[in-house]
Amino acid sequence: MTDLTDLGVKAIRDGVAAGTFSAREVAEAFNANVAAAQDALNAFIVATPEKALEAAEAVDAARAKGETLGKMAGVPIGMKDLFATQGVQTTAASHILEGFIPQYESTVSANLWKAGAGMLGKLNLDQFAMGSSNETSYFGNVISPWRKQGSNAGLAPGGSSGGSSAAVAARLCPAATGTDTGGSIRQPAAFTGITGIKPTYGRCSRWGIVAFASSLDQAGPMARDVTDCAIMLEAMAGFDPKDSTSLNLTVPEWTDGLDADMSGHRVGIPKEYRMEGTDPDILESWDNGIAWLRDAGAEIVEVSLPHTKYALPAYYIVAPAEASSNLARYDGVRYGLRDLPEGANLQEMYAATRAAGFGDEVKRRIMIGTYVLSAGFYDAYYNQAQRVRTLISQDFKAAFEHCDVILAPTTPTASFPLGDKSDDPLAMYLNDVFAVPASLAGLPAMSVPAGLNKDGLPLGLQLIGKAFDEQGVLNAGLAIEQRAGFTARPEKWW
Amino acid sequence: MSVDRETVAKIASLARIQMDDAALDRMVPEFNGILAWVEQLGEVDTSGVEPMTAVIPNHQRLRDDVVDADPLTGGGIRDKVLANAPAAEHGFFGVPKVIE
Repeated sequence: MTDLTDLGVKAIRDGVAAGTFSAREVAEAFNANVAAAQDALNAFIVATPEKALEAAEAVDAARAKGETLGKMAGVPIGMKDLFATQGVQTTAASHILEGFIPQYESTVSANLWKAGAGMLGKLNLDQFAMGSSNETSYFGNVISPWRKQGSNAGLAPGGSSGGSSAAVAARLCPAATGTDTGGSIRQPAAFTGITGIKPTYGRCSRWGIVAFASSLDQAGPMARDVTDCAIMLEAMAGFDPKDSTSLNLTVPEWTDGLDADMSGHRVGIPKEYRMEGTDPDILESWDNGIAWLRDAGAEIVEVSLPHTKYALPAYYIVAPAEASSNLARYDGVRYGLRDLPEGANLQEMYAATRAAGFGDEVKRRIMIGTYVLSAGFYDAYYNQAQRVRTLISQDFKAAFEHCDVILAPTTPTASFPLGDKSDDPLAMYLNDVFAVPASLAGLPAMSVPAGLNKDGLPLGLQLIGKAFDEQGVLNAGLAIEQRAGFTARPEKWW
Repeated sequence: MSVDRETVAKIASLARIQMDDAALDRMVPEFNGILAWVEQLGEVDTSGVEPMTAVIPNHQRLRDDVVDADPLTGGGIRDKVLANAPAAEHGFFGVPKVIE
């Protein structure tokens, strides 16, 4: 019998439905992998094997009764620890929320459980989703299962969804949730040779997701291939009146619509993404992607996104500004950590609690956000960044008059050793240079594995689509997936 | 534009984050490094450009004006609201004395 943990979402769901194996057997197999890898990879903050078994047993019982099974029936998944899960600690990888037990369930996770998925545990991440290497977590670094050829140095799994990417790549779960504010699904997917999609802003409800930058935050699936992402996104998405920015649209049947024939479609290549200093391996993989999409029938056209170089600085004003406002709620009064020094008053309690509870990167961003929103600087920084954001969005609209989907690298380099960039915030931020523009414009964007670099590390290609056109993104992703033939996986050392 | 230590201390106070001298010493150069980098946005001609307010066109919805329209966001759940409070007392959030 095949190893059940080698199977993806579709194979597990179909196998459970057909009775080839039981959902319980699947949950047991993944629970074992989670437990065995925890010390080495640190992908989970909390494992919930009993939750995975409970959901699996419910699916097996429903099948035995002949009931209709959900889209994710029998599939155990990892849940990024940014989603509120009722009765299970939810921390955003911060000390300030350590021990916080939500009394309610986030909409996205509730949708997944309703579709028959089970929870293997809560996945580690960068603290409050602020980071690109999973080195800002209060609960320790996540170690990528990948290693450079001939080296044992620990590599970054990407961030902020680094627990998600490491766990999927290491076969600790067939799929995981991620969230993407400025690349936090796509960059870790690229670093670990997996697939991840951020849908159009508003597709997935933000209700119950610990807020970072509300105008940017979007949830999405991370899995081994395009089909698995399409299935899981269908289960996650949907209108939610509890989120005022939720899109009141029917969720398309993306899986049924998958079609890798690109005939009659134009693929845009943004010339501004050919930046100086980009790794030659990345440029080569981009050229491969162009050739694959041409082979699939697409017409390749050059497009221009003139304000690309301003996307990252605009993001590092807008996102911290929103974060400084969102994170004002952590004050030691209603939930989470309280640090009350002897004789301290209320204001001193707030300041002591936040000093003890937030990590350095979180503090940095709250401070930047506070500054750019402060009287006298609001117009020069925040409003100027929001105007640049309008221009970036207009760039995409103009480009999509000439093409249907855009192909670009996901990241400027492959994964880097842990510690390499952690002392230099700006060097770390540059990791998301190709990912941030689509976030600022709210567009659907996906990373698919494209091959390995000369060190044997995965590289990803990014597809960016028009608003609401996840199907176009998934289809182009599928065309690349079929031609890239990416079957590499990290050699097991953990 | 670069900011001095006093300004960073003021920002920390506005953000309600206690910072000792060592933390401020670390923060000042980092803060200035980031500000110097984002200042390139000043090069962009944005005259006549409206600041972004919504990335995807959407409209604000109104819900029915009834109590507990959605039980998940309605009232009557005091114990749940207080369940994670560091110091819940007598059905309220407890805080240090505010008024002498």
